[in-house]
Amino acid sequence: MRSPCLLLCACLLINSAEAETLSSKRQNELRHLLYQDCGSCHGMRLTGGLGPALTPEALHGKPRELLIATVSEGRPGTPMPPWKPLLSKTEIAWLVDTLTGTEQRP
Amino acid sequence: MKSLLLLLLLLAALPALAGPRGTGDLGVVVERASGQLLIVEHSTDTRLAEVDGLGDLSHASVVFSRDERYAYVFGRDGGLTKVDLLSGAIVNRILQAGNSIGGAISQDGRLVAVSNYEPGGVRVFDAETLEPVADIPAEYQPGKLSKVVGLVDAPGNRFVFSLYDADEIWIADLNEPHKPAITRLRNIGRAPYDALITPDGHYYIAGLFGEDSLALLDLWHPEQGARRILAGYAAHDEKLPVYKMPHLEGWAIAGTQAFLPAVGEHKVLVADTTTWRQEAAIAVHGQPVFVMARPDGRQIWVNFAHPDNDTVQIIDAETHAVVRTLKPGKAVLHMEFTPRGEKVWVSVRDEDRVVVYDTRTLEKTGELPAAKPSGIFFTDRAHRIGL
Repeated sequence: MRSPCLLLCACLLINSAEAETLSSKRQNELRHLLYQDCGSCHGMRLTGGLGPALTPEALHGKPRELLIATVSEGRPGTPMPPWKPLLSKTEIAWLVDTLTGTEQRP
Repeated sequence: MKSLLLLLLLLAALPALAGPRGTGDLGVVVERASGQLLIVEHSTDTRLAEVDGLGDLSHASVVFSRDERYAYVFGRDGGLTKVDLLSGAIVNRILQAGNSIGGAISQDGRLVAVSNYEPGGVRVFDAETLEPVADIPAEYQPGKLSKVVGLVDAPGNRFVFSLYDADEIWIADLNEPHKPAITRLRNIGRAPYDALITPDGHYYIAGLFGEDSLALLDLWHPEQGARRILAGYAAHDEKLPVYKMPHLEGWAIAGTQAFLPAVGEHKVLVADTTTWRQEAAIAVHGQPVFVMARPDGRQIWVNFAHPDNDTVQIIDAETHAVVRTLKPGKAVLHMEFTPRGEKVWVSVRDEDRVVVYDTRTLEKTGELPAAKPSGIFFTDRAHRIGL
Protein backbone atom coordinates (compact mmCIF):
# COMPACT_ATOMS: atom_id res chain seq x y z
CA MET A 1 0.00 0.00 0.00
CA ARG A 2 2.64 2.34 1.15
CA SER A 3 5.56 1.61 -1.15
CA PRO A 4 4.04 2.75 -4.48
CA CYS A 5 3.20 6.07 -2.86
CA LEU A 6 6.68 6.40 -1.43
CA LEU A 7 8.23 5.46 -4.78
CA LEU A 8 6.14 8.05 -6.56
CA CYS A 9 7.17 10.68 -4.03
CA ALA A 10 10.78 9.65 -4.41
CA CYS A 11 10.58 9.94 -8.22
CA LEU A 12 9.01 13.37 -7.98
CA LEU A 13 11.68 14.44 -5.53
CA ILE A 14 14.49 13.09 -7.68
CA ASN A 15 13.11 14.70 -10.84
CA SER A 16 12.80 18.06 -9.23
CA ALA A 17 16.19 17.58 -7.60
CA GLU A 18 18.35 17.80 -10.70
CA ALA A 19 18.57 21.56 -10.65
CA GLU A 20 17.80 21.91 -6.97
CA THR A 21 19.85 24.07 -4.68
CA LEU A 22 19.27 23.63 -0.98
CA SER A 23 18.01 26.58 1.02
CA SER A 24 19.84 27.32 4.24
CA LYS A 25 16.66 26.28 6.10
CA ARG A 26 16.75 22.89 4.40
CA GLN A 27 20.48 22.55 5.09
CA ASN A 28 19.78 23.12 8.78
CA GLU A 29 17.04 20.49 8.72
CA LEU A 30 19.40 18.03 7.06
CA ARG A 31 22.17 18.77 9.55
CA HIS A 32 19.64 18.13 12.35
CA LEU A 33 18.63 14.86 10.67
CA LEU A 34 22.28 13.85 10.36
CA TYR A 35 23.21 14.32 14.00
CA GLN A 36 19.89 13.41 15.61
CA ASP A 37 18.42 10.67 13.41
CA CYS A 38 21.42 9.15 11.62
CA GLY A 39 22.96 9.61 15.07
CA SER A 40 20.58 7.09 16.61
CA CYS A 41 22.69 4.33 15.04
CA HIS A 42 25.94 6.12 14.18
CA GLY A 43 26.21 8.14 17.41
CA MET A 44 25.20 11.75 17.86
CA ARG A 45 28.81 12.74 17.34
CA LEU A 46 28.95 10.29 14.41
CA THR A 47 31.68 8.35 16.17
CA GLY A 48 29.80 5.07 15.66
CA GLY A 49 27.29 2.90 17.46
CA LEU A 50 25.49 -0.10 16.05
CA GLY A 51 26.47 1.46 12.71
CA PRO A 52 30.04 2.46 11.82
CA ALA A 53 31.65 5.84 12.54
CA LEU A 54 30.93 8.52 9.91
CA THR A 55 33.72 10.94 10.76
CA PRO A 56 35.82 12.39 7.87
CA GLU A 57 38.70 10.15 9.02
CA ALA A 58 36.51 7.03 8.99
CA LEU A 59 35.19 7.84 5.51
CA HIS A 60 38.58 8.84 4.10
CA GLY A 61 39.37 7.13 0.78
CA LYS A 62 35.81 5.95 0.17
CA PRO A 63 34.56 7.06 -3.28
CA ARG A 64 31.82 9.73 -3.20
CA GLU A 65 29.59 7.71 -5.55
CA LEU A 66 29.83 4.68 -3.26
CA LEU A 67 28.80 6.75 -0.24
CA ILE A 68 25.90 8.31 -2.16
CA ALA A 69 24.76 4.85 -3.30
CA THR A 70 25.01 3.52 0.27
CA VAL A 71 22.81 6.30 1.65
CA SER A 72 20.34 6.07 -1.27
CA GLU A 73 19.97 2.30 -1.44
CA GLY A 74 20.94 1.22 2.08
CA ARG A 75 23.11 -1.80 2.75
CA PRO A 76 21.15 -5.04 2.36
CA GLY A 77 21.84 -7.48 5.17
CA THR A 78 22.57 -4.67 7.62
CA PRO A 79 20.26 -2.26 9.49
CA MET A 80 21.23 0.60 7.10
CA PRO A 81 17.95 1.55 5.37
CA PRO A 82 17.57 3.16 1.92
CA TRP A 83 17.06 6.92 2.33
CA LYS A 84 15.90 7.63 -1.21
CA PRO A 85 12.21 7.31 -0.26
CA LEU A 86 12.70 10.28 2.07
CA LEU A 87 15.50 12.39 0.55
CA SER A 88 16.31 13.80 -2.89
CA LYS A 89 19.51 13.03 -4.78
CA THR A 90 20.79 16.54 -4.11
CA GLU A 91 20.04 16.18 -0.41
CA ILE A 92 21.84 12.84 -0.19
CA ALA A 93 24.86 14.26 -2.04
CA TRP A 94 24.87 17.26 0.32
CA LEU A 95 24.82 14.92 3.35
CA VAL A 96 27.71 12.88 1.97
CA ASP A 97 29.75 16.01 1.22
CA THR A 98 29.00 17.34 4.70
CA LEU A 99 30.19 14.09 6.24
CA THR A 100 33.43 13.94 4.28
CA GLY A 101 34.04 17.63 4.89
CA THR A 102 33.97 18.57 1.21
CA GLU A 103 30.73 20.54 1.33
CA GLN A 104 31.44 24.18 0.49
CA ARG A 105 30.30 26.33 3.39
CA PRO A 106 28.66 29.59 2.26
CA MET B 1 21.02 33.63 66.08
CA LYS B 2 24.27 33.59 64.16
CA SER B 3 24.12 29.84 63.70
CA LEU B 4 20.51 30.07 62.52
CA LEU B 5 21.53 32.60 59.90
CA LEU B 6 24.37 30.31 58.83
CA LEU B 7 21.98 27.39 58.57
CA LEU B 8 19.60 29.44 56.43
CA LEU B 9 22.46 30.48 54.16
CA LEU B 10 23.59 26.88 53.87
CA LEU B 11 20.08 25.72 52.99
CA ALA B 12 19.74 28.43 50.34
CA ALA B 13 23.03 27.33 48.81
CA LEU B 14 21.96 23.71 48.31
CA PRO B 15 21.61 23.29 44.56
CA ALA B 16 18.74 20.86 44.40
CA LEU B 17 16.62 19.90 47.35
CA ALA B 18 16.62 21.46 50.76
CA GLY B 19 15.72 19.34 53.73
CA PRO B 20 15.16 15.62 54.06
CA ARG B 21 12.89 14.02 51.51
CA GLY B 22 12.23 10.67 49.85
CA THR B 23 13.33 9.78 46.33
CA GLY B 24 10.47 7.48 45.31
CA ASP B 25 8.87 10.10 43.09
CA LEU B 26 12.09 11.32 41.50
CA GLY B 27 13.58 10.58 38.14
CA VAL B 28 15.86 11.87 35.44
CA VAL B 29 15.44 13.11 31.88
CA VAL B 30 18.41 12.83 29.53
CA GLU B 31 19.06 16.05 27.62
CA ARG B 32 21.16 14.38 25.04
CA ALA B 33 22.43 17.20 22.87
CA SER B 34 23.79 19.26 25.75
CA GLY B 35 25.13 16.31 27.76
CA GLN B 36 22.95 17.23 30.72
CA LEU B 37 20.64 15.37 33.03
CA LEU B 38 17.45 16.87 34.41
CA ILE B 39 16.42 15.72 37.86
CA VAL B 40 12.63 15.68 38.03
CA GLU B 41 9.80 14.86 40.39
CA HIS B 42 6.58 13.27 39.13
CA SER B 43 4.14 13.94 42.00
CA THR B 44 3.76 17.52 40.83
CA ASP B 45 5.58 17.21 37.49
CA THR B 46 8.41 19.60 38.13
CA ARG B 47 12.09 20.07 37.35
CA LEU B 48 14.34 20.10 40.39
CA ALA B 49 17.89 20.46 39.09
CA GLU B 50 20.09 20.21 36.02
CA VAL B 51 23.38 18.29 36.10
CA ASP B 52 26.18 19.17 33.65
CA GLY B 53 29.24 17.39 32.38
CA LEU B 54 28.00 13.94 31.45
CA GLY B 55 29.66 13.74 28.02
CA ASP B 56 28.02 12.25 24.91
CA LEU B 57 24.54 11.20 25.95
CA SER B 58 23.24 9.94 22.61
CA HIS B 59 21.40 6.73 23.41
CA ALA B 60 22.10 7.25 27.11
CA SER B 61 20.33 5.01 29.60
CA VAL B 62 20.09 4.99 33.38
CA VAL B 63 19.74 2.52 36.26
CA PHE B 64 19.24 3.36 39.94
CA SER B 65 20.85 2.25 43.18
CA ARG B 66 18.59 0.12 45.36
CA ASP B 67 18.14 3.00 47.83
CA GLU B 68 16.85 5.06 44.88
CA ARG B 69 19.26 7.85 45.67
CA TYR B 70 21.84 7.48 42.93
CA ALA B 71 21.47 7.33 39.17
CA TYR B 72 24.08 5.51 37.09
CA VAL B 73 24.18 7.09 33.64
CA PHE B 74 25.62 5.16 30.70
CA GLY B 75 26.81 7.47 27.92
CA ARG B 76 27.70 6.71 24.33
CA ASP B 77 31.30 7.77 24.87
CA GLY B 78 31.93 5.01 27.42
CA GLY B 79 31.21 7.35 30.31
CA LEU B 80 29.72 5.88 33.48
CA THR B 81 28.52 8.64 35.79
CA LYS B 82 27.05 8.30 39.27
CA VAL B 83 24.70 11.17 40.09
CA ASP B 84 23.24 11.98 43.52
CA LEU B 85 19.57 12.83 42.98
CA LEU B 86 19.33 14.64 46.32
CA SER B 87 22.25 17.02 45.90
CA GLY B 88 22.01 17.22 42.11
CA ALA B 89 25.74 16.57 41.83
CA ILE B 90 28.04 14.09 40.13
CA VAL B 91 29.53 11.80 42.77
CA ASN B 92 31.86 9.93 40.48
CA ARG B 93 32.55 9.58 36.77
CA ILE B 94 34.77 7.24 34.76
CA LEU B 95 35.41 6.68 31.07
CA GLN B 96 35.38 2.89 30.94
CA ALA B 97 35.36 2.19 27.20
CA GLY B 98 35.35 3.90 23.80
CA ASN B 99 31.72 3.35 22.81
CA SER B 100 28.91 1.94 24.92
CA ILE B 101 25.22 1.22 24.67
CA GLY B 102 23.77 0.72 28.15
CA GLY B 103 24.03 -1.02 31.46
CA ALA B 104 22.45 -2.85 34.34
CA ILE B 105 22.69 -3.15 38.11
CA SER B 106 23.01 -6.52 39.85
CA GLN B 107 20.31 -8.13 41.96
CA ASP B 108 22.24 -7.34 45.16
CA GLY B 109 22.84 -3.75 44.05
CA ARG B 110 26.60 -4.03 44.45
CA LEU B 111 27.68 -4.28 40.82
CA VAL B 112 27.06 -2.08 37.81
CA ALA B 113 27.68 -3.65 34.39
CA VAL B 114 28.13 -1.76 31.12
CA SER B 115 27.70 -3.19 27.63
CA ASN B 116 30.23 -1.90 25.14
CA TYR B 117 30.49 -1.71 21.39
CA GLU B 118 34.15 -0.69 21.54
CA PRO B 119 35.88 -2.74 22.84
CA GLY B 120 33.04 -5.26 22.45
CA GLY B 121 32.13 -6.80 25.79
CA VAL B 122 30.84 -6.14 29.28
CA ARG B 123 32.72 -4.41 32.07
CA VAL B 124 31.61 -4.66 35.67
CA PHE B 125 32.19 -2.04 38.37
CA ASP B 126 31.66 -1.65 42.08
CA ALA B 127 28.41 0.29 42.47
CA GLU B 128 29.78 2.17 45.47
CA THR B 129 33.18 3.28 44.15
CA LEU B 130 33.03 2.56 40.38
CA GLU B 131 36.28 0.61 40.78
CA PRO B 132 36.66 -2.10 38.09
CA VAL B 133 35.61 -5.56 39.25
CA ALA B 134 35.50 -7.75 36.13
CA ASP B 135 36.11 -7.49 32.40
CA ILE B 136 34.22 -9.81 30.04
CA PRO B 137 35.45 -9.35 26.46
CA ALA B 138 32.86 -10.68 24.00
CA GLU B 139 35.49 -12.69 22.16
CA TYR B 140 33.53 -15.10 20.00
CA GLN B 141 36.42 -16.11 17.78
CA PRO B 142 40.10 -15.71 18.56
CA GLY B 143 40.81 -11.97 18.39
CA LYS B 144 37.24 -11.04 17.37
CA LEU B 145 35.08 -9.03 19.74
CA SER B 146 31.35 -8.57 19.22
CA LYS B 147 29.26 -5.52 19.97
CA VAL B 148 27.15 -6.28 23.03
CA VAL B 149 23.44 -5.38 23.25
CA GLY B 150 20.46 -6.20 25.45
CA LEU B 151 22.32 -6.34 28.77
CA VAL B 152 19.99 -7.03 31.73
CA ASP B 153 20.28 -8.19 35.31
CA ALA B 154 18.77 -11.55 36.18
CA PRO B 155 17.97 -13.32 39.47
CA GLY B 156 20.92 -15.14 41.01
CA ASN B 157 23.23 -12.13 40.61
CA ARG B 158 23.59 -12.83 36.93
CA PHE B 159 23.82 -10.60 33.91
CA VAL B 160 22.49 -11.70 30.51
CA PHE B 161 23.46 -10.10 27.21
CA SER B 162 23.53 -10.68 23.45
CA LEU B 163 26.38 -10.57 20.95
CA TYR B 164 25.23 -8.65 17.88
CA ASP B 165 28.07 -9.85 15.62
CA ALA B 166 28.17 -13.43 16.88
CA ASP B 167 24.49 -14.48 17.16
CA GLU B 168 25.04 -15.58 20.75
CA ILE B 169 23.54 -14.98 24.20
CA TRP B 170 25.85 -15.09 27.22
CA ILE B 171 24.92 -15.52 30.86
CA ALA B 172 27.49 -14.17 33.33
CA ASP B 173 27.19 -15.43 36.90
CA LEU B 174 28.80 -12.91 39.26
CA ASN B 175 28.42 -14.64 42.58
CA GLU B 176 32.19 -14.49 42.67
CA PRO B 177 32.43 -10.96 41.31
CA HIS B 178 36.09 -11.12 40.28
CA LYS B 179 35.63 -14.47 38.55
CA PRO B 180 32.51 -14.30 36.37
CA ALA B 181 31.31 -17.73 35.20
CA ILE B 182 30.11 -17.50 31.59
CA THR B 183 27.51 -19.72 29.89
CA ARG B 184 27.57 -19.33 26.10
CA LEU B 185 24.53 -20.04 23.96
CA ARG B 186 25.33 -20.18 20.25
CA ASN B 187 23.28 -19.81 17.06
CA ILE B 188 20.43 -18.09 18.83
CA GLY B 189 19.38 -16.26 15.63
CA ARG B 190 20.88 -13.66 13.29
CA ALA B 191 21.90 -10.22 14.56
CA PRO B 192 20.28 -9.78 17.98
CA TYR B 193 19.78 -6.00 18.29
CA ASP B 194 18.24 -5.62 21.77
CA ALA B 195 16.64 -7.79 24.43
CA LEU B 196 14.37 -7.82 27.45
CA ILE B 197 13.87 -9.95 30.51
CA THR B 198 10.32 -10.62 31.66
CA PRO B 199 9.39 -8.75 34.87
CA ASP B 200 9.53 -12.03 36.85
CA GLY B 201 13.08 -12.70 35.62
CA HIS B 202 12.10 -16.01 34.04
CA TYR B 203 12.58 -15.41 30.30
CA TYR B 204 15.10 -13.46 28.26
CA ILE B 205 13.95 -12.45 24.78
CA ALA B 206 16.29 -11.07 22.12
CA GLY B 207 14.93 -9.27 19.06
CA LEU B 208 16.62 -10.34 15.84
CA PHE B 209 17.41 -7.97 13.01
CA GLY B 210 18.60 -10.70 10.65
CA GLU B 211 15.48 -12.87 10.65
CA ASP B 212 11.73 -12.73 11.19
CA SER B 213 11.71 -14.16 14.69
CA LEU B 214 12.88 -13.57 18.25
CA ALA B 215 15.10 -15.70 20.47
CA LEU B 216 13.61 -16.94 23.75
CA LEU B 217 15.76 -18.20 26.61
CA ASP B 218 14.22 -19.85 29.69
CA LEU B 219 16.52 -18.70 32.50
CA TRP B 220 15.22 -21.47 34.73
CA HIS B 221 16.58 -23.91 32.15
CA PRO B 222 19.50 -22.34 30.31
CA GLU B 223 20.76 -25.86 29.53
CA GLN B 224 17.88 -26.15 27.05
CA GLY B 225 19.34 -23.30 24.99
CA ALA B 226 17.45 -20.52 23.22
CA ARG B 227 14.62 -21.19 20.82
CA ARG B 228 13.01 -19.12 18.09
CA ILE B 229 9.57 -17.69 18.69
CA LEU B 230 7.19 -15.88 16.31
CA ALA B 231 9.23 -17.32 13.43
CA GLY B 232 8.22 -16.07 10.01
CA TYR B 233 6.08 -13.22 11.30
CA ALA B 234 6.75 -11.22 8.13
CA ALA B 235 7.10 -14.09 5.68
CA HIS B 236 4.33 -12.91 3.39
CA ASP B 237 5.00 -9.20 3.45
CA GLU B 238 7.53 -6.94 1.84
CA LYS B 239 10.01 -5.58 4.37
CA LEU B 240 9.77 -1.83 4.96
CA PRO B 241 12.85 0.28 5.69
CA VAL B 242 13.65 0.71 9.40
CA TYR B 243 14.84 4.26 10.15
CA LYS B 244 15.37 3.58 13.84
CA MET B 245 15.96 0.29 15.58
CA PRO B 246 13.20 -0.83 17.95
CA HIS B 247 13.91 -1.16 21.66
CA LEU B 248 12.87 -3.97 23.94
CA GLU B 249 12.09 -3.55 27.63
CA GLY B 250 10.39 -5.69 30.25
CA TRP B 251 7.42 -3.32 30.08
CA ALA B 252 6.14 -5.16 27.04
CA ILE B 253 4.58 -7.94 29.11
CA ALA B 254 0.93 -7.44 30.05
CA GLY B 255 -0.68 -10.35 31.88
CA THR B 256 -0.20 -13.45 29.73
CA GLN B 257 0.50 -11.44 26.60
CA ALA B 258 3.81 -10.09 25.31
CA PHE B 259 3.60 -7.08 22.98
CA LEU B 260 6.66 -6.84 20.76
CA PRO B 261 7.73 -4.55 17.90
CA ALA B 262 7.99 -6.20 14.47
CA VAL B 263 11.08 -5.22 12.47
CA GLY B 264 10.43 -3.91 8.96
CA GLU B 265 6.68 -4.17 9.48
CA HIS B 266 4.33 -1.55 10.81
CA LYS B 267 2.93 -3.98 13.34
CA VAL B 268 2.98 -4.86 17.01
CA LEU B 269 3.19 -8.62 17.51
CA VAL B 270 1.32 -10.32 20.33
CA ALA B 271 2.55 -13.58 21.81
CA ASP B 272 0.95 -15.76 24.48
CA THR B 273 3.50 -16.01 27.30
CA THR B 274 2.50 -19.55 28.21
CA THR B 275 2.94 -21.07 24.74
CA TRP B 276 5.04 -18.27 23.15
CA ARG B 277 2.91 -18.64 20.01
CA GLN B 278 1.83 -15.62 18.03
CA GLU B 279 -1.70 -14.56 18.90
CA ALA B 280 -2.07 -11.46 16.78
CA ALA B 281 -0.34 -8.79 14.75
CA ILE B 282 -1.76 -5.32 15.30
CA ALA B 283 -1.41 -2.82 12.45
CA VAL B 284 0.02 0.47 13.72
CA HIS B 285 1.06 3.88 12.39
CA GLY B 286 4.74 3.17 11.62
CA GLN B 287 7.78 1.12 12.60
CA PRO B 288 7.31 0.65 16.38
CA VAL B 289 10.26 1.65 18.59
CA PHE B 290 9.04 1.34 22.19
CA VAL B 291 6.07 -0.91 22.95
CA MET B 292 5.26 -0.41 26.63
CA ALA B 293 2.49 -1.78 28.79
CA ARG B 294 0.98 0.52 31.40
CA PRO B 295 1.92 -0.98 34.79
CA ASP B 296 -1.56 -2.54 35.21
CA GLY B 297 -1.26 -4.11 31.76
CA ARG B 298 -4.50 -2.67 30.38
CA GLN B 299 -2.99 -0.31 27.77
CA ILE B 300 -0.03 -0.59 25.46
CA TRP B 301 1.65 2.66 24.39
CA VAL B 302 3.69 2.67 21.18
CA ASN B 303 5.98 5.25 19.60
CA PHE B 304 7.52 5.11 16.14
CA ALA B 305 10.66 5.49 14.05
CA HIS B 306 11.48 8.43 11.77
CA PRO B 307 9.61 9.77 9.78
CA ASP B 308 6.49 8.78 11.79
CA ASN B 309 7.93 9.84 15.13
CA ASP B 310 5.43 12.63 15.86
CA THR B 311 2.85 10.03 16.88
CA VAL B 312 2.00 7.81 19.83
CA GLN B 313 -0.68 5.14 19.64
CA ILE B 314 -2.49 3.43 22.49
CA ILE B 315 -3.64 -0.17 22.11
CA ASP B 316 -6.29 -1.77 24.31
CA ALA B 317 -4.59 -4.91 25.66
CA GLU B 318 -7.89 -6.79 25.77
CA THR B 319 -9.38 -6.02 22.35
CA HIS B 320 -6.11 -5.22 20.51
CA ALA B 321 -7.80 -2.14 19.05
CA VAL B 322 -5.87 1.10 18.61
CA VAL B 323 -8.02 3.27 20.88
CA ARG B 324 -6.24 6.61 20.43
CA THR B 325 -3.66 8.26 18.21
CA LEU B 326 -1.86 11.15 19.88
CA LYS B 327 0.40 13.75 18.28
CA PRO B 328 2.64 14.91 21.12
CA GLY B 329 4.97 16.72 18.70
CA LYS B 330 8.02 16.24 16.49
CA ALA B 331 10.39 13.39 17.38
CA VAL B 332 8.87 11.47 20.28
CA LEU B 333 11.79 9.45 21.64
CA HIS B 334 10.70 7.82 24.87
CA MET B 335 7.86 7.28 27.34
CA GLU B 336 7.90 6.51 31.05
CA PHE B 337 4.95 5.59 33.26
CA THR B 338 4.69 6.71 36.87
CA PRO B 339 5.05 3.69 39.18
CA ARG B 340 1.33 2.88 39.31
CA GLY B 341 0.66 4.16 35.83
CA GLU B 342 -1.81 7.02 36.28
CA LYS B 343 0.45 9.26 34.22
CA VAL B 344 2.98 8.89 31.46
CA TRP B 345 5.77 11.29 30.53
CA VAL B 346 6.64 11.57 26.84
CA SER B 347 9.85 13.18 25.56
CA VAL B 348 9.48 15.30 22.42
CA ARG B 349 13.02 15.93 21.22
CA ASP B 350 12.57 18.47 18.45
CA GLU B 351 10.17 20.60 20.48
CA ASP B 352 12.40 20.71 23.56
CA ARG B 353 9.74 19.53 25.96
CA VAL B 354 8.38 16.63 27.95
CA VAL B 355 4.60 16.19 27.77
CA VAL B 356 2.60 14.56 30.56
CA TYR B 357 -0.59 12.59 29.81
CA ASP B 358 -3.30 11.26 32.10
CA THR B 359 -3.51 7.58 31.08
CA ARG B 360 -7.21 7.32 31.98
CA THR B 361 -8.51 10.28 29.98
CA LEU B 362 -5.59 10.20 27.47
CA GLU B 363 -5.53 13.99 27.77
CA LYS B 364 -2.43 16.10 28.15
CA THR B 365 -2.16 17.41 31.71
CA GLY B 366 1.21 19.11 31.78
CA GLU B 367 4.44 19.98 30.11
CA LEU B 368 8.06 20.65 31.15
CA PRO B 369 10.78 22.37 29.17
CA ALA B 370 13.82 20.15 28.46
CA ALA B 371 16.62 20.56 25.92
CA LYS B 372 16.39 17.83 23.24
CA PRO B 373 15.05 15.26 25.73
CA SER B 374 15.50 11.55 25.04
CA GLY B 375 15.30 8.91 27.78
CA ILE B 376 13.10 9.37 30.86
CA PHE B 377 13.79 7.17 33.89
CA PHE B 378 11.89 7.12 37.19
CA THR B 379 13.44 5.72 40.35
CA ASP B 380 10.93 2.88 40.80
CA ARG B 381 13.03 1.06 38.20
CA ALA B 382 15.44 0.41 41.09
CA HIS B 383 13.17 -2.35 42.30
CA ARG B 384 12.30 -4.00 39.03
CA ILE B 385 14.15 -6.96 37.57
CA GLY B 386 15.76 -6.07 34.26
CA LEU B 387 15.43 -2.28 34.54
